[in-house]
Amino acid sequence: MASRQFATFEVADQLFGVEVHTVQEVLSYNEYTPVPLAPPAVGGLFNLRGQVIAAVDLRVQLGLARKALQGPVMNVILRGDGEPVSLLVDRIGEVVDLDDDTFEPPPDTLSGPTRELVVGTFKLDGRLMLALDVNQAVDTYRATN
Amino acid sequence: MEDLGEIVGEFLLESHENLDQIDRDLVHLEQDPNSRDLISRIFRAIHTIKGTSGFLAFGRLEKLAHAGESLLSKLRDGVQPVTPSTITTLLATIDGVRSLLTAIEENGSEGDVDVESIIVQVNAQMSAEAAPAAAPAVKAPAPAKAAAPAAETPAPLDETPARRAPDPVEGQRRPLGEMLVEAGAAQPVDVGSALQQQIEGDERKLGTILLDEGKAQPAAVSEALQTQTQTPKRSIADSAIRVDVDLLDTLLNMVGELVLARNQLVRGVMDIGDPGLVRSAQRLGMITSELQEGIMKTRMQPIEHIWSKLPRVVRDLSNGLGKQVQLVMQGKETELDRSLLEAVKDPLTHLVRNAVDHGIEEPDRRVASGKSPEGTLTLRAYHEGGHVAVEVADDGAGLNVERIAQKAVENGLLRPEQIASMDRRDIMAMVFQPGFSTAAKVTNVSGRGVGMDVVKTNIENIGGAVSVDSTPGEGTVWRLTIPLTLAIIQALTVDCGDQRYVVPQVAVLELVFIDGNSTKIEYASGAPVYRLRGKLLPLVRLDRALGLNVGGDQGVYIMVLQADGRRFGLVVDRVLNTEEVVVKALNSRFKDIGLYAGATILGDGKVGLILDVSSLARRSHLTADAERSNLEASSRASGAGGTGERLLVTAVGERRVAIPLDTVTRLEEFPRDRIEHAGSREVVQYRGQILPLVRLSHLLGAYSEEPEGDTVSVVVYSEGGRSVALVVDRIVDIAENSTTARRDAEEDGLVGTAVIQQRVTELLDVRRAILAADPNFYNDMTDENLVEV
Repeated sequence: MASRQFATFEVADQLFGVEVHTVQEVLSYNEYTPVPLAPPAVGGLFNLRGQVIAAVDLRVQLGLARKALQGPVMNVILRGDGEPVSLLVDRIGEVVDLDDDTFEPPPDTLSGPTRELVVGTFKLDGRLMLALDVNQAVDTYRATN
Repeated sequence: MEDLGEIVGEFLLESHENLDQIDRDLVHLEQDPNSRDLISRIFRAIHTIKGTSGFLAFGRLEKLAHAGESLLSKLRDGVQPVTPSTITTLLATIDGVRSLLTAIEENGSEGDVDVESIIVQVNAQMSAEAAPAAAPAVKAPAPAKAAAPAAETPAPLDETPARRAPDPVEGQRRPLGEMLVEAGAAQPVDVGSALQQQIEGDERKLGTILLDEGKAQPAAVSEALQTQTQTPKRSIADSAIRVDVDLLDTLLNMVGELVLARNQLVRGVMDIGDPGLVRSAQRLGMITSELQEGIMKTRMQPIEHIWSKLPRVVRDLSNGLGKQVQLVMQGKETELDRSLLEAVKDPLTHLVRNAVDHGIEEPDRRVASGKSPEGTLTLRAYHEGGHVAVEVADDGAGLNVERIAQKAVENGLLRPEQIASMDRRDIMAMVFQPGFSTAAKVTNVSGRGVGMDVVKTNIENIGGAVSVDSTPGEGTVWRLTIPLTLAIIQALTVDCGDQRYVVPQVAVLELVFIDGNSTKIEYASGAPVYRLRGKLLPLVRLDRALGLNVGGDQGVYIMVLQADGRRFGLVVDRVLNTEEVVVKALNSRFKDIGLYAGATILGDGKVGLILDVSSLARRSHLTADAERSNLEASSRASGAGGTGERLLVTAVGERRVAIPLDTVTRLEEFPRDRIEHAGSREVVQYRGQILPLVRLSHLLGAYSEEPEGDTVSVVVYSEGGRSVALVVDRIVDIAENSTTARRDAEEDGLVGTAVIQQRVTELLDVRRAILAADPNFYNDMTDENLVEV
């Protein structure tokens, strides 16, 4: 049976996942440089071993308030299209192997900004994981309300 | 097949390099026709191309190279002298080879490049009798004789040894005999007979024979032997290897990471405080720095790389124009980052072509003005304060400043009255404006008005600057200031709000501290300005431009910046220091914002944004205009006399008259003699319009002596495409309207009187004044304006 590996993380108590191969690394970082006039979903820039990485605030993408960037914040750094992009998340979860038969499309009752970011739902033991559409999740010019 | 591809690739690379060298050597040869050294070098290079192309089965290329080689061998053997026309033919051959190579590079075959006509030309150069042997492809054509009369003269160098060592084909080493003869250490006859002995079976070496027979000095022979072994100096192939630039870039990035890892390590080690560890960490630090420097150097190339094509350009162009130009190059070893070299190449070529075309005069004109008929074009490169300066200097007639000024006025770039007060160099800088050309006639080289603005844009794109200076009759100097690398720039770090930003230093002219007393920010109709040595400098508040909370006007700094030919001041909270920063590409998603040129890692490891000065400059004009129209709208809505409004205080006779600044579009000075009369009114021609004038002294019935001076000060008011000008004696100041001690006016033409700056000042009824100048001023306006009245 086909199965896929997902890296999981939490934002606002919801478990999300992205396929492992899209992830470059995971790390926590302290200092972010804000970019004035950038779309609100841009949390800031940080220095990853000499490379300048843009951090996308997943909370804003999900239609929530900005994340306070004080103290260490976890980053899920995605390989992106040529240039790595980071997702700011609350907590890092495990890497899980998921069979395709635990997958279901997003529930019809899911609406709002989250609906556009999610490609489906995986039924884990005891909780649900929403699989993110990576391209949508890092698109800071996506209309958010 | 892949192997072959690689061989072809290498052949192309090598040949292109060789061709560039041949170009240079040929131009040299023209000046020094007797240099056998140069001829042999060119011969060897062509021979190599011929050999390899034969091996790779590029038949036409081989044929062309062969023709060139044949002509060269005649020159080498002294059968035929070197003349400018032979050089031209050889250069044409090289061009042919080059286009064949390009065709091969593009589609793997020789394509349909026309080699036959070049071969005909080459054969025409060779003396008639030699032609059939040398040219397998073409029958020696009749025009050959007509085209090359000089070639028929007997070779002047009959002295050369009749029997030289068999053709020095690959030319790895020059024959010893030849070198000895050249150095005057042996007689050609002796060398000849020694060679004869060798051919007849003498196994001794040439030098030994000569020495044994006492025909040469031992010292001379050993010296010649030594030179012989050193000769292939030009090919640095043995001491250098080719490296992919991508690999270097990767290395550079990795070194960057190493530096950061080192910084963290050093910090950690310091915390632990173990002396042994500290020493190791410091040593690691030093090695890292040196490694970083070394990697940087690998990307550097001498500017010679792009200069090497210029002798050819200058020669072809000056010949075509009938001018004599000597090209002097100074500082060709000055190094620049590879990517920058590429970016500078075209602008530089353009400047050189322009200098030959427009800078240097025809020989007879030069002689007439007491100069040598041959002009000198000097290319100079040198390091200067973290930048590389590249100058293109000619000793020609110089720029005609009057002509440029006139042209600028015609094109509407300047107003005539501005010119008198302008710096010569500022007027000259007008040539960098798009579509600007003062060339009397359009040539195919320049004079089309495209070019200088492109030069400027290209140079500014890589963070450089361009300027021009000229002395009439003595010449012109074009000057490019180029950063050393794209990757590292000199920058100033500044604070704004609670963030740090980086400003490229090349744009910074000076810094001014605003203490609020002796130096202060003023507002002209809402737009912040600063009086910099008497002239108004438009200001951009960085916090406002970035959409942050706007801070105060005191205790801040103004950075006087120049970009896109505009000078403006950037208001920041604090200027920290200047440092070299490594420019990192900014994520493409921020390109749209436009205010950032990139990012960098600051000393504390945080990311800092590098500001894009030209986009700030553009933005400043937009915001100033937008704010002005907002203010105009609001002031019209609320009527004159709102609290805290800005007033322009003018002097009219003995009286002080204040005009609300919001209603002022512009302040001008007109020469008195430009005032004309239309009916009973005074008018002046202004920007293609007839501008009615009204003298406030007449309007207000003020008793006013005609003030001294050749110009009149006017306040221009424009609305809906119409303008009027109010003539005052003098602009006094810009002041804040205090609401105290104000009373309504009893006099016509005024709305009231107020105490401003401790002096009684009358407030002008602008509407009345405008109507006095142009009774129809408001007639075309929309109804909203009428409702308001």
